[in-house]
Amino acid sequence: MSNVIIFADTNHTIVMESLSQPWPWWAAGIIIGLTVPALLILGNKHFGLSANLRHACAAFIPANIKFFQYDWKKEAWNLFFVLGIVGGAVIASTVLADPNPVKVAPELAAELQTYGITDYSSMIPTQLVSWESLFSLRGFVMLVLGGFLVGFGTRYAGGCTSGHAIMGLSNLQIPSLIATISFMAGGFIMANLLLPFLMRL
Amino acid sequence: MSNTNNFQSTPVQNAGLNPTDYEVRSLDAMCVNESELKHPWWYNFKYTAVGLIFGLAFVKAEIVSWFRIQEMFRLQSFHMYGVIGTGVVLGALSVYLIKKFKVKTIYGEAIEFHPKKFNRGQIYGGLIFGFGWAMTGACPGPLFAQIGTGAMAVGVIILSAIAGTWTYGYLRDKLPH
Repeated sequence: MSNVIIFADTNHTIVMESLSQPWPWWAAGIIIGLTVPALLILGNKHFGLSANLRHACAAFIPANIKFFQYDWKKEAWNLFFVLGIVGGAVIASTVLADPNPVKVAPELAAELQTYGITDYSSMIPTQLVSWESLFSLRGFVMLVLGGFLVGFGTRYAGGCTSGHAIMGLSNLQIPSLIATISFMAGGFIMANLLLPFLMRL
Repeated sequence: MSNTNNFQSTPVQNAGLNPTDYEVRSLDAMCVNESELKHPWWYNFKYTAVGLIFGLAFVKAEIVSWFRIQEMFRLQSFHMYGVIGTGVVLGALSVYLIKKFKVKTIYGEAIEFHPKKFNRGQIYGGLIFGFGWAMTGACPGPLFAQIGTGAMAVGVIILSAIAGTWTYGYLRDKLPH
């Protein structure tokens, strides 16, 4: 009897340990891909996360701007969806936390070293994304300007990675393909040509 | 009463009907809820359940990682391409099957798709978004998940993103589309 319990307990530990390891790309790809039909079948909802930034504007600072004059409460489902994402992230970083440092490509680590990014204890580098960093010029530019460009660009483009790259491409929309290519082009330009300067601020 | 009539009576569509404005629907990958069903608010918790699994995957598969995004934009890792590629293939297959078999929602409503219209904003805005994506190492989904991992300073990025969205709304009529 006690053997059975020990066996079950070992099994449980094995499962928890393997779930705590970083998941392979295909596992996330499958979950993200299946989110599309899940939302559609649960209630005709189209996957798209940046809309929540707009709902926040509509709810708190509509300021008589026509673009924010709509019934955001009808889109409350998306805010509930985000609530779930935050909850899932809490579980992932507590019960399923991986104590090992983040592994990155050696070429990237070599480049980041020159910017003084050496701490791999978190997937979100504390030497860049932290309250301390926010009060440095580099941190302020990277977080505040970077966030602003994300919010401005996503709405200008009519969606973000989820709305265009996942949902739009899943529905074979050419405008979404154009948007996705533009996202990637912008990212390549920033990461390879502009970040070497911004990261040395 | 058809769904179409219901849709046209929504404030969102009214904004879009204004001839000086761009079609809100085609410009925005935002869900316009056309369901005529009136459910209690807590029915929305089913989306929280989906979000929970989604958020779990986002963190455990390192999609929220600033480093993974940097690797992606330097072609130093296949990881993010694998994630997005698998997601798109499965999503497209799902959409194809839903259309082919006219799958209905769990409440028996027809599932609707809306074509997006091209406008230059998808290029200009897309490039601007890409800049921000590489800087913050996160797009909107991961930003929300990062908060859940306890990185509270990300709240500043989200507030800036809301400010950016607001600024877009403010300048919208003056921007080339």
